[in-house]
Amino acid sequence: MTPQSTFLILAPIRAGQLAELRALLASMNKAPGQADPANSLVPFGRFERLHVARFVILELHTADDISKYGLPPHEWAPSLAFLGDCDGDGESFLAELAAYAGPGLKKIFSCCEGFTGENDLRAWMEAHSIRPQANYVNWLGRTVRQVREEAALHQSLAACLPKIVAEVGRDNYRAIRQKLLTHVEIAKAEQRLTLTPPEPTPLGWLINNWLHKLGVPLFFLLLSPLLLVAAPLLAWRLRMLERSDPDIVIRPDREHIRRLSVLEDHDVTNQFNVLGDVKPGLFRLLLLRTGLLLLDYSARHIYKRGYLTRVKTIHFARWVLVDNNRSLFFASNYDGSLESYMDDFINKVAWGLNLVFSNGVGYPATRWLLKKGAEREQHFKYVLRRHQLPSEVWYKAYPGLTAFDLWRNSLIRQGVEVRPADEAAVRAWLSLI
Amino acid sequence: MEKSNGFDYDDLQGLLRFGFGKLTESCFMLLDISDAAVARQWLAAAPVTSAATASPPPVTALQLAFSAPGLRTLGLREAVLAGFSDEFLTGMAGDESRSRRLGDILGNAPPHWQWGGEPERVPAVLLLLYARPGGMAAWRQRVEDNLFAAAFRVRAILPTHNIGPIEPFGFADGISQPVIDWERRQSTDLHERDRYSNLLAAGEVVLGYPNEYGLYTTRPLIDPREDGPAQVLPEAEETPSLKDFGRNGSYLVIRQLQQDVPGFWQFLDREAGSVPEKREELAAKMVGRQRDGAPLAPREAGDIPGIPPEAAFNHFTYERDGQGHHCPISAHIRRANPRSGDFPPGVTGFFPRLLKILGFGRQRPDEDLVASARFHRLLRRGRSYGPLLAPEDAVKPEAPAAERGLQFIVLGSSISRQFEFVQNAWVMSSKFGGVQQERDPLLGTREPLANGEATDSFRRPDPGGPVRQTRQLPQFVTVRGGGYFFMPGLRALRYLATSSAAGSTKDHA
Repeated sequence: MTPQSTFLILAPIRAGQLAELRALLASMNKAPGQADPANSLVPFGRFERLHVARFVILELHTADDISKYGLPPHEWAPSLAFLGDCDGDGESFLAELAAYAGPGLKKIFSCCEGFTGENDLRAWMEAHSIRPQANYVNWLGRTVRQVREEAALHQSLAACLPKIVAEVGRDNYRAIRQKLLTHVEIAKAEQRLTLTPPEPTPLGWLINNWLHKLGVPLFFLLLSPLLLVAAPLLAWRLRMLERSDPDIVIRPDREHIRRLSVLEDHDVTNQFNVLGDVKPGLFRLLLLRTGLLLLDYSARHIYKRGYLTRVKTIHFARWVLVDNNRSLFFASNYDGSLESYMDDFINKVAWGLNLVFSNGVGYPATRWLLKKGAEREQHFKYVLRRHQLPSEVWYKAYPGLTAFDLWRNSLIRQGVEVRPADEAAVRAWLSLI
Repeated sequence: MEKSNGFDYDDLQGLLRFGFGKLTESCFMLLDISDAAVARQWLAAAPVTSAATASPPPVTALQLAFSAPGLRTLGLREAVLAGFSDEFLTGMAGDESRSRRLGDILGNAPPHWQWGGEPERVPAVLLLLYARPGGMAAWRQRVEDNLFAAAFRVRAILPTHNIGPIEPFGFADGISQPVIDWERRQSTDLHERDRYSNLLAAGEVVLGYPNEYGLYTTRPLIDPREDGPAQVLPEAEETPSLKDFGRNGSYLVIRQLQQDVPGFWQFLDREAGSVPEKREELAAKMVGRQRDGAPLAPREAGDIPGIPPEAAFNHFTYERDGQGHHCPISAHIRRANPRSGDFPPGVTGFFPRLLKILGFGRQRPDEDLVASARFHRLLRRGRSYGPLLAPEDAVKPEAPAAERGLQFIVLGSSISRQFEFVQNAWVMSSKFGGVQQERDPLLGTREPLANGEATDSFRRPDPGGPVRQTRQLPQFVTVRGGGYFFMPGLRALRYLATSSAAGSTKDHA
């Protein structure tokens, strides 16, 4: 199994370079915000380990909101974020990037503070890398290569199934399967199809993963007597804050929404970014970090097989604290339109969003951390859109395929490689094609 | 004044409560305002039909709705207008991104529309007239008086034609409608409802009442201290110090959908090898019902709130047809209303629910791919147009070509969460409920995906294993026009008519 990694390079943009950078990034697109995989700056399509990637200009449109707490507006310099998800380890991927997209990346990063032509690109990128506090991968171990091979397998099977059915009759399920398998064997022999077996899991990753799997619960176990004693106080403090946090209901600007919409719904999958300030005070920060820790833990060890609680439409997502824990950046890749993404948020996993994002300034008021919050539909949608940022350039290695499609394609492959248990299983397998 | 548990039907335009089924003649007019002052004068006395029951029932009806530019021309202040939703203010054709989401691309794109396609020339008023057979001429004469002639220019009269209780393809229509819970009998709590209910909170169709989230949808509220004429408006329920311009009003979405009836039946006939039974079977699978309205999905054994057990053609969900063996997942009525609850079937009780909330206890792989229906219901009030063409005649090569279709109308309190969501995520989506390579067999465009994947199939899951697949479906329905309107409550109409009296509107307009 090849685990996935994530990379994020973040650097402030040099004063006066914003417009130039925007134009440069736009030159990489074939449609608004949609990267041309073969663009000359960063030819994403050449990186066979790369699932998704994007360039986002992080601007804090809501920097004034924190003044509701009597604090000065958050001074924030617009920054460039380059992020993505890849197979295998992230450091070697950065090296690959530097090797195969060096001139383009240098041109882009030249708009950032501290980067000149003389810098060693790879070292500079590493120095500006930030690790997320929480990260989600729809299916741990599913590589780009696997996605493509399985999609090709599905296509190939779907193309020949009708002929086979016409030939042997639809009731003869055994014969249909046999013919399909023969078809795959021939296609493999002729190298029209490949089904690469999974690589062995790197030992270092395995050990790390086990340590993490046991370490986090152990940490909470050790802390539990303290938490238990403090619980009433913490609960009281939480309710106090939930009641006293200022309500900030501001309708997003229509022009802002228009700019975001232009980038959306060109493919079945969309990109999503939000940036907002963390509520002031140590309590909120600790609560947020605990929430992110639990989220990261569950994403790493539990939600790694096609769903994040009830939501099955997210390919990759990350939560990153930036600017000394003052702001939270969230970026994701999801299937469907934003309206249905928000519908999922509100109706399926409001509690999960509340747990993390209710520690952000302006988030709809929660009750006991998990209740209300995102369930305040209109307010939540305003907050979300207001904090949303466009991806100037967004790349996905497998357009047209949803997370559910990827899952189905894997099942189809499984049915090729492993004999289904009984008649019902064979029929179920045939119905997937 | 008729009131039932506080519901003020007198202030509601009748279309929100009734379909005016007995008033089979209809005339839908698109108007431009040539003189706003005269238009307000006409409005003040316009015989708009309310939703109060009358005995004997009315023989005519008049309903009025306005586009955002129309309201502006009438003199509604920008500050008030700004309280409406973005999609209403931008309009159906006002933004390419919206068109892309709605499937209004290529042949469906606004520049090709007969009306409503030019964002800078949106019709101001949509006037809906209904009458008993033979009564329309007199009713029009009465409505279109001298004031009317001075106030409005008739931009177009949208065709309508009564072909009975069917839609132009020949299927029984209007069987499934939400039942509005005017009396607030049903809880909207996210935690108290898991299964499908046909009862819908009043706030989902009318502004000013709690919606399915138990919340009030954003709408224009007016401070009466700054705006004298606003005194005539009802109070905002959640903020009684403000007057509610939206209360008892509803957004009205209209789309003229041209249906290629010969094209539809001739395609099916070819696919069925000209065997009438097979043709009917395929058509029924595409729709999700037989032509007489009998649903393909099995009858729901339990109760469905808002659907009496004797309503055989409506008493069903897809709970026992998860794989679509009876009614294909992609069938039109299944896409338009998947009859889903807040939780997948079988999740009842505290622990199963908790497990489900955390994402466990999965019974079917495609669970949770479809949103809960109650947040996305449509109250449909469309009328068909064009001459009737029976399927048996439509299959013949010499079938007379004619403009036929539906003036599709839906009413609701949120265009984005209701009409646009259903259109985008359910009807047009080639990924709805995990389907492959298909959009709505009736309404869908056949535009391939970004990776070139086709979307012009229709797949019928089969218990035997391999799906039965129909390929290369042509597009059967083309959008010919459309717009977003607002159908105000009667007091809001009065406010609109008198707002100029204060003399303040000109400064703001």
